[in-house]
Amino acid sequence: MHRLGPYRHRVTSSDSAASTQAEISAEIEAISKEYDAAGVTETATRLDYPPYRSSILRHPTKAPQQVDPEDIELWAPVFGERDVDLLESDLTIQHQGEPVGERIVLTGRVTDGEGRPVRRQLVEIWQANAGGRYIHQRDQHPAALDPNFTGMGRCLTDDDGTYRFTTIKPGPYPWKNHHNAWRPAHVHFSLFGREFTQRLVTQMYFPGDPLFALDPIYQAIVDPAARARLVATYDHDVTTHEWATGYRWDIVLSGSHRTVFEEDEQ
Amino acid sequence: MSPTPTPGQTVGPFFHYALPYAGGAELVPQTRADAIRLHGRVYDGAGDPVPDALVEIWQTGPDGAVPQVAGSLRRDGYTFTGFGRAETDRTGHYQFTTLRPGGATPYFAVAVFARGLLDRLLTRAYLPGAAPTHLASLEAVPDDRGFVFDIRLQGEGETVFLSYAQD
Ligand SMILES: [Fe+2]
Repeated sequence: MHRLGPYRHRVTSSDSAASTQAEISAEIEAISKEYDAAGVTETATRLDYPPYRSSILRHPTKAPQQVDPEDIELWAPVFGERDVDLLESDLTIQHQGEPVGERIVLTGRVTDGEGRPVRRQLVEIWQANAGGRYIHQRDQHPAALDPNFTGMGRCLTDDDGTYRFTTIKPGPYPWKNHHNAWRPAHVHFSLFGREFTQRLVTQMYFPGDPLFALDPIYQAIVDPAARARLVATYDHDVTTHEWATGYRWDIVLSGSHRTVFEEDEQ
Repeated sequence: MSPTPTPGQTVGPFFHYALPYAGGAELVPQTRADAIRLHGRVYDGAGDPVPDALVEIWQTGPDGAVPQVAGSLRRDGYTFTGFGRAETDRTGHYQFTTLRPGGATPYFAVAVFARGLLDRLLTRAYLPGAAPTHLASLEAVPDDRGFVFDIRLQGEGETVFLSYAQD
């Protein structure tokens, strides 16, 4: 089954969990120094980022081939009220009782590369519960499952490109990248733009997380300003009296190629 | 100057209860006379199957028209929305039941996500004979029910992934 290839010698099994945090941090530091020395701004996430062990065999080695988008790629799938129930944006009402944890509202605007709102488009989120546990079968973290929290939500953006979710603040959780590896608390986001080329799956983080510097997934965005774009800001105007604290996180999709038609602007 | 895009992050290992949905991989019912299968395996750089990848397709209908109708998440069995989503199984295999894409150069636009893959990858699965010369490796291979399109993330036979020119 295994093909022996030139990449075989580079394999560092993620299961061995052999590295220490100090070793991972040293690798992160070295890449960061290299990036600073090069002096060329990178705004995207690196696919080849060895401190994230699972990426070693799962990144392409060739640069992507640049093409002009055609027909289908200039459009995105359409989602509507048929697809998404309004209640799906509230992750705290999916069960009989209130989930454990800090109730929060997450809101922000989705815009395209020209700053135009991405209207009536699908946003999907998923996350761990307050104890850092996913409902997923493969999550073996010995933290309590919350019978009142699934951790999955959907909504459509409004005419201003704004999404809004009510959820609870997820906890940080351990993973097997290296010994004593912990992910900063995050919410996974999936977004569609106006064109399929704008498809984005990413993670939103919370301000001031002490695990940022230690996390090889977050640090795979080597530019500090670029990775700061994944961090929400606390917004007291979103916070509601005696109910939930509020966070704002705006999302910018890549530039668009399609000529804007009148109806898009209405 | 355009605002800088928000960077991507890996889909991670725990997307299965969130992103896949009932009927996601059946763009049309299997019983439909003109239904075809698009399927294949996702492989890593060691040639091992990737059991925790997610593949999405987005395509024209047989008439070449771009679908702009809602209903991909809750299919009615009649409306062709052009969008599908399938997770890979234990053997790295994904499959869609769909229709042949149409148009001058018919292809399925493909997005690939996986644990360990830090950002999504985009490519095209062309119908046999439809790809321009420089993208010939992206032609799907016909089989008895439709087409096979394997995705190799790295190494020998690495899939050609695409980026899109910005004006
Ligand atoms: Fe996660």
